[in-house]
Amino acid sequence: MYPKWLWPIFALPGVVWLILLFLTPFYAVVGVAFGGVDPIFQNPLPAWNPLDWDFTSFLDTLSGFLPGRTYWGIFLRTAEYVGIALAISLIVGYPVAYYITRHSGRAKSLLLALLILPFWVSYLMRMLAWVNLFAPEGYVNAFLRWTTLVTTPPDWLNGNPVSVILGLAYGYIPYLILPLLASLDRIDKSLLEAARDLGASPFRAFLHVTLPLSKTGILGASVIIALPMFGDYYTPNIVSGSPKTSMLGNQIEIYFHGGPQPSVGAALTLILSAFLGVLMAYYMFTVAKAQREAQA
Amino acid sequence: MTEIALKARHSAPPTALRRFRDWLANPWGRPRFLVLVTWLYILTSIAPVIIAIQFSFNSGRSVTAWQGFSLSRWYWGDPVDSVWHDPTLQQALFQSLKLAGLDMLVATPLGVILALGLARWRGRLAAPANFLMLFPLVTPELVMGVSLYLVILYLFTFIHPSTLAQMLGHVTFSLSYVVVIVRGRLFSIGRQYEEAAADLGATPWETLRLVLLPLLLPAILSSLMIVFAISIDDFVISQWLSCGAQCDTVPIRIYSATRAAPLPSVNALAAIMVYFTVTALGLTYLVYRFMTRHERPKGGGAAASMMGDIGGM
Repeated sequence: MYPKWLWPIFALPGVVWLILLFLTPFYAVVGVAFGGVDPIFQNPLPAWNPLDWDFTSFLDTLSGFLPGRTYWGIFLRTAEYVGIALAISLIVGYPVAYYITRHSGRAKSLLLALLILPFWVSYLMRMLAWVNLFAPEGYVNAFLRWTTLVTTPPDWLNGNPVSVILGLAYGYIPYLILPLLASLDRIDKSLLEAARDLGASPFRAFLHVTLPLSKTGILGASVIIALPMFGDYYTPNIVSGSPKTSMLGNQIEIYFHGGPQPSVGAALTLILSAFLGVLMAYYMFTVAKAQREAQA
Repeated sequence: MTEIALKARHSAPPTALRRFRDWLANPWGRPRFLVLVTWLYILTSIAPVIIAIQFSFNSGRSVTAWQGFSLSRWYWGDPVDSVWHDPTLQQALFQSLKLAGLDMLVATPLGVILALGLARWRGRLAAPANFLMLFPLVTPELVMGVSLYLVILYLFTFIHPSTLAQMLGHVTFSLSYVVVIVRGRLFSIGRQYEEAAADLGATPWETLRLVLLPLLLPAILSSLMIVFAISIDDFVISQWLSCGAQCDTVPIRIYSATRAAPLPSVNALAAIMVYFTVTALGLTYLVYRFMTRHERPKGGGAAASMMGDIGGM
């Protein structure tokens, strides 16, 4: 019906766009990370030809991730913050997603609309709201004083890791709940009924049917929010701003903005990407394995 | 164990722990624990934003202590610090809207034809192209920001950090969203309408323009909406490609203001963006409803099918 050449022609502009402005930029990071540094001005001299690549400074940066070196502590802290924020998100998000798919009944559309609402409010706006609430004289501290349990409320906004972790969880939970909801929705309800008919208690039915069936969904949703959380630098900057709570993203930002060595920043970006690539590959491998098992 | 035996076991006086477990797990009862968690979560996700908007109407200069209601002070009333009279805030508002507008104009058509091409192209390069399209969706914004920053610094040196650079960045990350939305719609339409048109003698160009394009309109509309929303929301790409104060967008202003001593005018600025998005969302919903009015049984469901179209997220 249509000429055969039409579809490649249609795809061409978009593909060229992505090659020029997505692939090439990434190559620029590689070129800067593996390039040299001007001996006088200390600005990077990117190497575009793979034959000219010089790995010494990159390996130097990489060795900083060994236990006890420069980046080891920051990496641990980043992993710790992301891990705890992810756990909080799952503990809050899973029951919410579960309730909405299983029990909400008539309220379902309303609940879904309320759930999607945060997507229409900018992330920075939500962080601003968070900062207003946790300010020294803000509502949270006013509440704490009112309960009289706390006479001197904590300083939330200057290097307090609790606020960074809560901020991360607060910011990213909506992105976790939606995919989780979709995966819980796909679980065949008759399996649960079968489990109950065969005598499983509600709790055992949940533990042995729902939970295993939502495993890939949990993993997928976790990866979806873990990737941007590992690259986050603005959340710790906004709610803390102190080097005591700086994450890997902050380290990268410092090397570029006002910092002396963009090539170190590029090397760190590359290491971060590689780490996230491994996470992503692990996820895709698990999904493929689960699918193969489901077919077998 | 039979259903009756199960019931018998349940009729024994339940312990507190037992009841808690039942709340958690019972797929048929009314698990009050889950109701509580869900509504508490929804409350905490929305209340801070409502409170932040409330402070944009504060009559005093504090963003943490309520000093009385003033409708206009921080929007246009205050001759120095209101959004309308503070040049940096006004500038940021226009920059954000300008970028979102440009992004919609470029990313939507580009994404629509890319979606068509990727969905129907059967060449050897089609699979890698599809794979490439998915990458921007999973790449952290920081990685994308750093790469775009370095490429305009060292390779495409004719593009300086500027509104143009910001626009190019915004299009790059919005493109994939458009493709995902349009491709979903494309699959749900199927090819029978176009085949019918061709059988009735329409040329390929006529089929595209008179059959496929009108059928894709709802998805195009949803794409425009999503592109507007993610462009307005974006902070990282805008910041990395910023040319300085003239390129500041609303998220960048909010970011720098929260780290200094913020005035309620920043809340007003952020609130204006929320009003914009909510209005755009409402308008899109109405137009979407109108456009798909023949596609579903009378009564509601437009919201659900619109969400279905956007569902790729």
